[in-house]
Amino acid sequence: MAQHATTLPEQQTRTTAIRHPRNVGDLERGLSLVGGGALVLYGLRRSLGSLALMLGGGALIYRGLTGYCATYQALGVNTVHRDTGHGVALRSTITVHKPTSEVYQFWRHLENHPRFIQHLESVVSTDGKRSHWVAKAPLPAPVEWDADIVNERENALLSWRSLPGSDVDHTGTVRFRELPNGRGTEVRVRLEYAPPGGMVGVAVANLFKTLTEQQLKEDLRRFKQIIETGETPKTADYAKVSQGVSR
Amino acid sequence: MKAVCWYGKGDIRVETVPEPKILNPRDAIIKVTLSAICGSDIHLYNGYIPTMHEGDILGHECMGEVVEVGTAVPNLRLGDRVVVPFTIACGQCFFCQRELWSLCDNSNPNAWMAEKVYGYSGSGLFGYSHMYGGYAGGQAEYIRVPFADVGPVKIPAGLRDEQVLFLSDIFPTGYMAAENCNIQRGDTVAVWGCGPVGQFAIRSAYMLGADHVIAIDRIPERLQMARTQHQATVLDYQEVDVSEALQDLTGGRGPDACIDAVGMEAHGTSIDALYDRAKMAMFLATDRLHALRQAIQACRKGGTVSIPGVYGGLLDKVPIGAAFAKGLTLKMGQTHVHKYLRPLLARIEQGEVDPAFVITHHLRLAEAPHGYEIFRDKKDNCIKIVLRP
Repeated sequence: MAQHATTLPEQQTRTTAIRHPRNVGDLERGLSLVGGGALVLYGLRRSLGSLALMLGGGALIYRGLTGYCATYQALGVNTVHRDTGHGVALRSTITVHKPTSEVYQFWRHLENHPRFIQHLESVVSTDGKRSHWVAKAPLPAPVEWDADIVNERENALLSWRSLPGSDVDHTGTVRFRELPNGRGTEVRVRLEYAPPGGMVGVAVANLFKTLTEQQLKEDLRRFKQIIETGETPKTADYAKVSQGVSR
Repeated sequence: MKAVCWYGKGDIRVETVPEPKILNPRDAIIKVTLSAICGSDIHLYNGYIPTMHEGDILGHECMGEVVEVGTAVPNLRLGDRVVVPFTIACGQCFFCQRELWSLCDNSNPNAWMAEKVYGYSGSGLFGYSHMYGGYAGGQAEYIRVPFADVGPVKIPAGLRDEQVLFLSDIFPTGYMAAENCNIQRGDTVAVWGCGPVGQFAIRSAYMLGADHVIAIDRIPERLQMARTQHQATVLDYQEVDVSEALQDLTGGRGPDACIDAVGMEAHGTSIDALYDRAKMAMFLATDRLHALRQAIQACRKGGTVSIPGVYGGLLDKVPIGAAFAKGLTLKMGQTHVHKYLRPLLARIEQGEVDPAFVITHHLRLAEAPHGYEIFRDKKDNCIKIVLRP
């Protein structure tokens, strides 16, 4: 954790880019190999029409062996640096048009978090450093955990980690930076977590990584909207409303 | 309540839908007294705007009476008569604070959609697809207005609805188009497109000090309106070579500023079919980009091309070389309506302009499908339709 707290994400990315021309993470490479192999085998067992399957499978195997993906290259995606020993790492950043002290205080008041983090049901601070977090349904069993604030610098940085044995084993850091000339506060979040279900869970999470990073981005957007405007924009689903289904 | 709903290309129906409710503290509900069909609604009608859903309520030019307010709208009282800007803006973000209201950071709940297509999202808009927020529009008996503490402008009793309705969009849009031209005394401004926005751009160019405005179109009644209402010089592009005529009319120098109030009827980008739509946009752009191309080509050296016409996707063969070679300034974007509401209302109150001149058709809300048809087809000398519930 301490390492992550002292190394900026940009620096990590740059170093990685110089040493490895790869753009596919190790875990994804493994999955590509397995999936590609399966496609080729399935293709071989069928007739000529399955050439496309075999080609696709071959491409996946190539991707797995070399760690290079042309599609990722074209899209500017790189998943190498996202795989960590801990599990999945997500990061996102947003600029809030308010003074840093206000932005920091809103975040530091952990009970505010369910207002902008969609998957949270509740957060309760049990003492100055420890808090209890409850995730929202539709999870089959209640998912809860305790977390400790492990590093705190007012108006600059907040780091936390879940207690050992938590349902959601994770660490997180948020940094706040005052921008010049009243341009607001830059908020930079990095989360690292090992989802439930061990390696299988990680694999699933990796496949849906774009989605979860998008979710983090949406959470931060709501954070900004609430601080700036006091509310989050809503629209009634009037297409459904007009059919008599109200939301 | 009754509302004008979109059901697909060329399919507009007046339906009975539930009345809107307050969803946020800064909301207000307005009982609509007058709304209008905008040229950009025709893009929806023709199916060019992605992320429309069946049953979406149309309309982004409307006004009415406040009938309900949320807990954080101290400026409005029940019974107030207001005009509603078509852009939805919070008033507090980085962009609103810089008067870039149509680029508000906080009013589009579906900002992620626009971000996929444009990199960043502009403000939410009423009745203009889910990519712009999925807000129900104002061609209805009631409308929910978010951020009602900063948007709607109160109207003094002495003014008729028809005089002030167009503060919601086309008057500020035409005005901003002219303002973007940085008009100096003695300037000549050429305006492509004499639809409602073009009419207000012509009038505004004169208000901002232009010496001469040249209006370009092919529809006789629109050219006539430009001539009789604003004393513009008019060019029918089907009859004259526009570039030659503009050179001739400006002593060989070219217009100081050119306004493209035509736009392109091809919003070719979508979430689900980005590639197809992009291709489609390019084909259409080849056809419909003519006005912008001509404007860039005709503009004098060091001049300004101002674009109030709506563009959505990719443009093919934009003469960017000509723009570079002549050191042109290009200005464009959705209108920052909030910025212009009060100054333009003052001009109306002082009798400097009566925006009602542009209205050619008064229809009932129930007649909206017919209205869309004649407006699209430019039948019955239609220039601007207002709808009364």
